[in-house]
Amino acid sequence: MNPSPEIQRNMLRLMQTIRRFEERASDDYQAGDIYGALHCYIGEEAAAVGVCSALERDDKIISTHRGHGHCIAKGADLDRMMAELYGRETGYCKGKGGSMHIADFDIGMLGANGIVAAGIPIVTGAGLAAQMDGKGRVAVAFFGDGASNAGPFHESLNIAAAWKLPVIYVCENNHWAAQTPSSATLALPDVASRATAYGIPGVLVDGNDVLAVHEAASKAVARARAGEGPTLLECKTYRWRKHTERKQQLDRRPIEEVESWKQRDPIPRLIAHIRSQQGQLSEAEWEEMDREILARIERAVAYAKASPFPRPEEALEDLFA
Amino acid sequence: MRTISYARAGAEAVAEEMRRDPKTFHMSTDAPQDLLKEFGEGRVREVPIAEASFTGMAIGAAGSGYRPIVNWAQVTFSFVAMDQIANQAAKIHYMFGGQAKFPITFRAWIGGGGNRAAQHAQSPHSMYMNLAGLKIILPSTPYDMKGLLKAAIRDDNPVIVFDSFRLLDVEGEVPEEDYVVPIGKADIKRPGKDVTVVATAWLVHEALAAAEMLAKKGISVEVVDPRTLVPMDRETIRASVRKTGRLVVADESGPTASAAAEISALVTEDPATFARLRAPVLRVCSLEVPIPYSPVLEDFVFPNRNRIVDAVRQVVEAEKAAAE
Repeated sequence: MNPSPEIQRNMLRLMQTIRRFEERASDDYQAGDIYGALHCYIGEEAAAVGVCSALERDDKIISTHRGHGHCIAKGADLDRMMAELYGRETGYCKGKGGSMHIADFDIGMLGANGIVAAGIPIVTGAGLAAQMDGKGRVAVAFFGDGASNAGPFHESLNIAAAWKLPVIYVCENNHWAAQTPSSATLALPDVASRATAYGIPGVLVDGNDVLAVHEAASKAVARARAGEGPTLLECKTYRWRKHTERKQQLDRRPIEEVESWKQRDPIPRLIAHIRSQQGQLSEAEWEEMDREILARIERAVAYAKASPFPRPEEALEDLFA
Repeated sequence: MRTISYARAGAEAVAEEMRRDPKTFHMSTDAPQDLLKEFGEGRVREVPIAEASFTGMAIGAAGSGYRPIVNWAQVTFSFVAMDQIANQAAKIHYMFGGQAKFPITFRAWIGGGGNRAAQHAQSPHSMYMNLAGLKIILPSTPYDMKGLLKAAIRDDNPVIVFDSFRLLDVEGEVPEEDYVVPIGKADIKRPGKDVTVVATAWLVHEALAAAEMLAKKGISVEVVDPRTLVPMDRETIRASVRKTGRLVVADESGPTASAAAEISALVTEDPATFARLRAPVLRVCSLEVPIPYSPVLEDFVFPNRNRIVDAVRQVVEAEKAAAE
């Protein structure tokens, strides 16, 4: 059931691209070149890549405040992403959105969103559109354990189940909603178990195992394309960094907990798998891949820095279509 | 010309636009049965009483090539969906740099007159004017309702079309043939020369009644109906005030940070119009309490034709009063 070696390598490249992109974005944020709020996804890369590798370009996704990984996994352009973080005219949103609002409608990325749970009904509507179109397209909601406690999550699962909408609800349970441990707010530890209430499959996977995520997502996508309705897929994972990159950002998480999850890094795990199954990807090849990724991100930063800021008056554009 | 009710005019606009454009579809609790019969369950979606999610779904469908028409029924229910309205619908086109269109029409009743008490008789249309990114429509006649609602459905942006509860059964002339009333264009409902009364929705009718009463006393009132609150037709309003030199604004919501406050400001901050003002601008709005239930209390809280008459007299006599 595992995808081809080529696809696995591509997954590895995407996960490492997310990580390197955010490492650089965090550095540039600290340097004052990137503004506002920056939420890093590092540690959770296997969820975005595992799910998006089961999708087609015309399928739609919606993201959260922690959205860089979903953008990159769905195929967003790194130049335009970095330019948006830099607040430049060439950014995805012409400098009007920033990290929390990157969208690329051409690749079915309906946007990062700064309000917890808000994207879930919106992408459910994209699922309704896909059902009305009748072309077998699906829609994916990415959200966290925090969002699973909010009304729009439950409302959306209910209507998607009632109407058999082609939607996959992907809960990235990273165990912390900002500063609050999910153990303090979830009635049941597994979000996936909530699917029972809506009569849909609730699937729990190791969110740091990209191949397991890919397999579970592929099943959910096949079910949705076949008109059998939604799936709730919970990926247990962990963010390595604080809630935001702000210097004063509090972090209540025990250091041992953070360290133990770093031992479950999804990237070496996939490398080990590729090497064990196919007997390929030498250390030199991996280093070369990483060098290419770093060079690509360097080009994205150069593109952003070379791009002009918008003219102030552009603040008045795009209010209405 | 035939006459139909304000409510019927709205229903006709929806049905005609759904016939015209297969990408339109309707979402509401308790689906309208005539729509359901004509277009079927695929395009007339009967949704759970869960405003946050079905409002969000409309946004997602709009961003995916559809043109949803969402009826919240009463404006009070729209508050349940406030995140989707304020944080999403109003901002999504702008914050993504204009890369996708979100053509959505939202509908809801506002206003009193039915003894429906605090939650079901409010007029919060002014609140929505503060959310840059929404067009806001408030028609006063069946003709305007049909023409503006059709324009809203054809518009590529989120538009809220408010129905005035008190006007639902009011009849008026509406042509059989297709027409639209352009968004952002005020209408002079009665020409006059002494005082401008800018009034919205039900208060347009009260202002017309007041104008009739005042005409008998020799005071000529011009009644201007903005019809669209966002974008507001500033020039028509200012031109009327430059002509009459006096302004009374009548609106069913409370005066604080309201449509009436905005209209007063857009007149007084314009030097050419301010120079012609001969009296302070007065507002005739509801009193600032939640709407009470008992008819005696409700009638006391809402503005009406008598209060408009009083305000007009006051602005006409202002110069004389100031001279004394």
